[in-house]
Amino acid sequence: MSTIQANLIEPSSGTTVTFGASGDTVALGTGAGVNFRSSRNMIINGNMQVAQRGTSSTDEGYKTVDRFRVSVAGLDEDVTQAQHALTSSDTGPWAKGFRNSYHITNGNQTSGAGAADRVCFQYRSEAQDIDNSGWDYTSGSSYITLSFWIKSSVAQNFYGRLETMDGTQQGYAFETGSLSADTWTKITKTIPGNSNITFDNDANNGLIIEIVAFRGTDKTGSMSLDTWAAYNSAVRVPDMTSTWFTTDDATFEITGVQLEVGSTATPFENKSYGQELEACQRYCQKLHGEVTNSMVSMQLCYSTTGSEGVLYYSKKRVAPTITQYSAGATGWYLHYENTSSVVSAVPTFDSIDSTTCRITALIAATSLQVGEAAYLRTGNAAGSYIIVDAEL
Amino acid sequence: MITSAKYIEAFGENNTIQAVIDGVTKCVPLDPDNTDYQAIQEWVAEGNTIEVAE
Repeated sequence: MSTIQANLIEPSSGTTVTFGASGDTVALGTGAGVNFRSSRNMIINGNMQVAQRGTSSTDEGYKTVDRFRVSVAGLDEDVTQAQHALTSSDTGPWAKGFRNSYHITNGNQTSGAGAADRVCFQYRSEAQDIDNSGWDYTSGSSYITLSFWIKSSVAQNFYGRLETMDGTQQGYAFETGSLSADTWTKITKTIPGNSNITFDNDANNGLIIEIVAFRGTDKTGSMSLDTWAAYNSAVRVPDMTSTWFTTDDATFEITGVQLEVGSTATPFENKSYGQELEACQRYCQKLHGEVTNSMVSMQLCYSTTGSEGVLYYSKKRVAPTITQYSAGATGWYLHYENTSSVVSAVPTFDSIDSTTCRITALIAATSLQVGEAAYLRTGNAAGSYIIVDAEL
Repeated sequence: MITSAKYIEAFGENNTIQAVIDGVTKCVPLDPDNTDYQAIQEWVAEGNTIEVAE
């Protein structure tokens, strides 16, 4: 056996170095390891472990697992999206260290599959994150690889797709192949660049990744899989069987979503909860709500209002939408002098930018003095919190 | 779905939009890259009106 000693192996042409061929086993010596490039997964929260907004919802959009959304239309009964806890019975992803999935439970679609109906998972990437990824996306010999685990309670083939948002939009559809019911399957798709692809170097939506449980014929039709083509809004994926969609309480779930530069799916890049949470907070941040009487801010009073700046934990993608959630005004108290008063309306927010905003609380009391100090806190019962949302 | 929208005035000018979106009251900045602001602009283009600040 020959021994080759080298510090660097590079392809003689192209970008791929191949070890072995079909049927070969390429093994590492005992105790040897491979160091994969860190920060290679362009998907944030791909293992579904962060869910700041909640763990279950019948609404569409970003409602549970951070960075992932459900897109629906034409439903007779709402689907339920959830952060779903995996167990050791989840053969496949459990052994790889995945403890959560992004999960849909279908409703009862009594009118059957309509042309405009849909149920999809979506993930949206900032254009600059793709543009700066190292993928030579205008080259057909430069690749990204999408990999994920998927499980459906209904055995069928499903479709997924990529959609670029800048320049002349491009689409790329793929299929999962026939999934066995209630069986996790690892899907890997290696996707080349294309000369028609454009990504701007900005913070706007650059790439949509969609995993489709069902799309009706308004958005499906004859098309080629596994190739880029000009995006056609009316034909996003091929025509689909409606078996999953017309099965009441059917389930559909994914985890371990990874998008990386290169033609090989490397093992999922595991990160700590804190790392994933910090990355998610560029897009969504929950303030307060974990305990009762949570301090919100010091306030400077005018006659019946108190206002102060709120500094977010991290800079947001853009100036965010800010929403307070509470059972009403009784979810908030303003303290001043030796008194605490329930605010007369839920707090409002203005002067919002990507790092800070102003929160204003109004009380009916007339004893507030201009320039008086006070502080705002959440109520005596848990459940009041603020969501700072800069999602794509 | 947006059901209402009203400007919030601060420092003498329209500063934020208070909008009811999917039944939830949200404070939306006047940032063209904010997706809720984009949705409000589409809602206005459909013939709806943002109420003036109180």
